[in-house]
Amino acid sequence: MSDKPRKFKGGVHPNDSKALSASKPIQQAPLLESYKVIMHQNIGAPPELVVKKGDTVKKGTLLAKASGFVSVPLHAPTSGTIKSIDKCPGPTGISVPAIEIAADGEDAWESPFEPIADWMNADPAGLRQRICDAGIVGMGGAGFPTHVKLSPPEDKTIDTLILNGAECEPYLTADHRLMLEHAEEVVLGAAISARILGLKSAVIGIEENKPDAIEKLESVAGKYNITVQSLPVNYPQGAERQLIYAITGREVPIGKLPMDVGCVVQNIATVIAIAEAVVKGLPSIERVATVTGKPVVNPGNWRLRIGTPVAKVLELAGGISEQPAKLLLGGPMMGIAQSSLDVTVMKNTSGVLLIAADEVSLYTSEPCIRCGRCVDCCPMQILPATISQAVENKRFDWAEKLNVMACIECGSCSYVCPSHRPLNQHFKRAKVEIQAGLRKKS
Amino acid sequence: MSIAWIAIISTGVIGIVLGVVIGIVAKVFAVEIDERIEKVEELLPGANCGGCGYAGCADFAKAVVAEKATPGQCPVCAPVDITNIADYLGIVAEEKEKRVAVVRCSGDASHTERSLYNGIRDCRSAVLVAGGAKGCDHGCIGFGSCAEACPFGAIEIRDALAVVHPDLCVGCENCVATCPKNLIIMVPASIETHVYCNSPEKGAAKRTYCKTACIACRKCVKVSEEGQMEVDGFLVRTNYENPPPPEVVEAAACPTTALRNASLHAAGAYEGVSK
Repeated sequence: MSDKPRKFKGGVHPNDSKALSASKPIQQAPLLESYKVIMHQNIGAPPELVVKKGDTVKKGTLLAKASGFVSVPLHAPTSGTIKSIDKCPGPTGISVPAIEIAADGEDAWESPFEPIADWMNADPAGLRQRICDAGIVGMGGAGFPTHVKLSPPEDKTIDTLILNGAECEPYLTADHRLMLEHAEEVVLGAAISARILGLKSAVIGIEENKPDAIEKLESVAGKYNITVQSLPVNYPQGAERQLIYAITGREVPIGKLPMDVGCVVQNIATVIAIAEAVVKGLPSIERVATVTGKPVVNPGNWRLRIGTPVAKVLELAGGISEQPAKLLLGGPMMGIAQSSLDVTVMKNTSGVLLIAADEVSLYTSEPCIRCGRCVDCCPMQILPATISQAVENKRFDWAEKLNVMACIECGSCSYVCPSHRPLNQHFKRAKVEIQAGLRKKS
Repeated sequence: MSIAWIAIISTGVIGIVLGVVIGIVAKVFAVEIDERIEKVEELLPGANCGGCGYAGCADFAKAVVAEKATPGQCPVCAPVDITNIADYLGIVAEEKEKRVAVVRCSGDASHTERSLYNGIRDCRSAVLVAGGAKGCDHGCIGFGSCAEACPFGAIEIRDALAVVHPDLCVGCENCVATCPKNLIIMVPASIETHVYCNSPEKGAAKRTYCKTACIACRKCVKVSEEGQMEVDGFLVRTNYENPPPPEVVEAAACPTTALRNASLHAAGAYEGVSK
């Protein structure tokens, strides 16, 4: 354990509700009859389709290949035939192209990758290529291609690798369970990432509400010179910039990236995927997600293949005991509300959350009373109240001057606002309009 | 008493002196204004809608007098106003065709609603959060960003659907860019018949969430002359180069009422017809 972590300014303390699923071991989901794999699961260019309707695929067969540097390939979650290449509801509510695979029940592997057992002496470029070929993206939520994160430009010196085990989002316990049950893979994946970056060490940051995970990782971390840092409980502790500040004391300037202050941050689930891709040669076709919420009969943590429909996920968890008012993919702070049960699990789906009718209420947005609570809690130290007024008046130029582009959309301001103003949505709108304006100019 | 007189007289003298100075300055530094600009501005509608591409009517009047623009570029002016301006300036007014906006969607809330949306009531904000409350990815969101942008009150939001009143629409195009789904197009006002659907999805898929979608059954193609209605995948569109007569709507008896006449659509004649 290194020195005392710093506390970032701002943040909120929502009820974490993690007790619903924190003690439930990860369960393997049974094989389903069909999977609908959404084509575009990463930030950046969508991959290019290489299969067609009627093709036979095996588990791990390439479905789509990377179409550029910031792009990752997609693999089949099980063996079977391609039933259709059509549209399915996407996580943002708009239909997106998806590949439907009818499973043949054999679940036979096609092993496309040779395990790299001697990774300690392997060429970093080869390891990086393996991570790209395995289709690994940031599994914490953003879906940013991992090999890009591990390829800092030559003029940037990276001196710290941080593993994000904060899991500050309420309800979610998938990373917590992974750290408990797969601690060896976590440190292995961390060591491989460090090798790629040319580092000898790494730090794992874990919020102190998970003492069992801290203890477990400390017991195995010494092997690869990895340290565990406990962090104060404060949402959004797991946000990249806040985590870097807590552990290193460095602040990432607005408009810059973590690599500009010499840091790379990786999610727990992502490094496990890295370990599996390198040491076992497995592509990224499944992930652990938390299925939880008051209406869920049997909340827990499940190992789900990508392309599993949410309706089936809820069946696995025993169905629902009461009519839910809301379905979210992800946690309650940053998750996206869904209007269909046909939406499927993606590489970055960290949880499926149901909220009961008595846990939410319909609010009307009232005028700002200038109480300043949002300003106090904003972890990026921008002025949510003022920016939201600029956006309401369609003055996106003011919003830009007030640094709306720095907003990390953590939702803390919307959470504390006594006038129930949809602040986060205003900022999303402003960012889209400002980016559209920039595109027009260029 | 005398103090009061001194004050009155001295301020009076100062006033007269300053008045003379202002008078001289006004003569010496007078800015010459082309009186024609003022006259043209008077003849323009004064709505400052920006439809001509200039920053309001005064700016447009300046451009017209400088012969950088023609009076016909004002989308709001009636033909008689344009002739008046042209006659005043002694130029020939070119013929122009009035254009109106069409919102290519007929899916109101009762036909398409799928979920509760409690966010910002603005189309461009709603589209970022699950695409709003309606089931169609391509249809009108219905929070009226276009209606808000219309300086002439020509767009009505009726049961979460934007409906253009062609008689009020002057064709300023202010609404076109506000629609996040790019549903609004400008068409010649003389063309009445439009397909009120813009979804390229398959007909069966569209029908699951919208009762008034175009399912490309081609009934309208059959009753119209060749080339008047164009089939584009799973969607039929009016060919605005060679438009069908308004009678096509009745003859085709569109089973979903996606094919409509603009003025009847504005009057609400198609509500509840589709099953």
